[in-house]
Amino acid sequence: MTGARSQTIFYTIAALISLIGLADATYLTVTHLTGEDVVCGSGDCSAVLGSVYATVAGIPTAAFGGLAYFAVFSSALLAAFGYTRARIFLTAVVAVMFGVTLWLLYVQAFILHAFCPFCLLSAALTFFLGGIVVATPSTTPSQSEGGSTAP
Amino acid sequence: MKRYLPFVMIAAVAVLTVGAGAIFYRAKQRAIAGGGVTRPSTNEVGTEPLHVRGQRGAPVTLEEFGDFQCPSCATAAEAISKLEQDYGPRLRVVWRNFPLAMHAHALEAALAAEAAGLQGRFWEMHDLLYKNQAVWSKASDVRPFFNMYARSLGLDVERFAKDSTSDEVKARVVSDGEHGVSRGVKNTPTLFINDREVRTSFSPERLHEAIDAALAETTPKAFGADRGLPPAKIQPRGERK
Repeated sequence: MTGARSQTIFYTIAALISLIGLADATYLTVTHLTGEDVVCGSGDCSAVLGSVYATVAGIPTAAFGGLAYFAVFSSALLAAFGYTRARIFLTAVVAVMFGVTLWLLYVQAFILHAFCPFCLLSAALTFFLGGIVVATPSTTPSQSEGGSTAP
Repeated sequence: MKRYLPFVMIAAVAVLTVGAGAIFYRAKQRAIAGGGVTRPSTNEVGTEPLHVRGQRGAPVTLEEFGDFQCPSCATAAEAISKLEQDYGPRLRVVWRNFPLAMHAHALEAALAAEAAGLQGRFWEMHDLLYKNQAVWSKASDVRPFFNMYARSLGLDVERFAKDSTSDEVKARVVSDGEHGVSRGVKNTPTLFINDREVRTSFSPERLHEAIDAALAETTPKAFGADRGLPPAKIQPRGERK
């Protein structure tokens, strides 16, 4: 398998994973906006999603997650189609998401002492995306000749 | 065509996400509110609230259907307590039990609060249950905790324990629950401000806005605008302490 082909596969997987995250974040955002308790089996969603950390400046934190996943989807898709600048953007967005995810995990574990399975799913997806970004073969000079334009 | 394909896909996902989110939101709203906006209270049996804090003639009544094991209710309880301080005699708070089946000890907690109410300490038990929610809600047997709270409130613990399982107390909780169902309550906390369901988040800021709006609606009538008196001045939010 060539480097370019494996890159395409990696970015396509990243795009698909981000769609799961987008659905998760959309569900949490809508549930927050309706003011409803999230039912999540053995988890403690209400404690997390009803906390002060569930909003930033009055906007549901999940909505920012949704935007981030949409940004990942867009950039991963463009990267899969050969847009090299999209790869840089993808790496930057995933890096920010990784950091925010670590903070939110800390909040759940040490401040709220409660975990929300929907948030843990999002964390797992973000870590997976981070793994993909790191594992994706780097672009060779011949492959990057196209710059930021489409093939 | 391939040149535009990713952009088409991105646009499609954006549209689908917004569309699905909007449909989901509307479906949730319908499920929560049963399609109605205003739910006037009825005069059926069980509608007379047992637990009221504040003056009867207050221009705004905030009625809560709550579950003592629901974390969002604990958050709302804190916010409501702050609102009571902020609005003073202009706000009356009504509590109704709505223990959800998904919370293992919610019913026991509601019964404990009602049992404390039979000794005149409902609100004190209400506050204690929310304050210590994180402690007792994780216990397998909550009775020792509730007995301890009863003791700390100076209640007759033996009577409290007996009342907690009495038919009278159970009837109070069931009555509140049935009343909630009749008004379309499905989740907790469900708040009504002057019989109008609050659909915003339960942050103090949003509740302030909702109460201010209710005051603006009711103040002229309550304070005799129809008798030629000026409406009461509503304090701007920034001036509250």
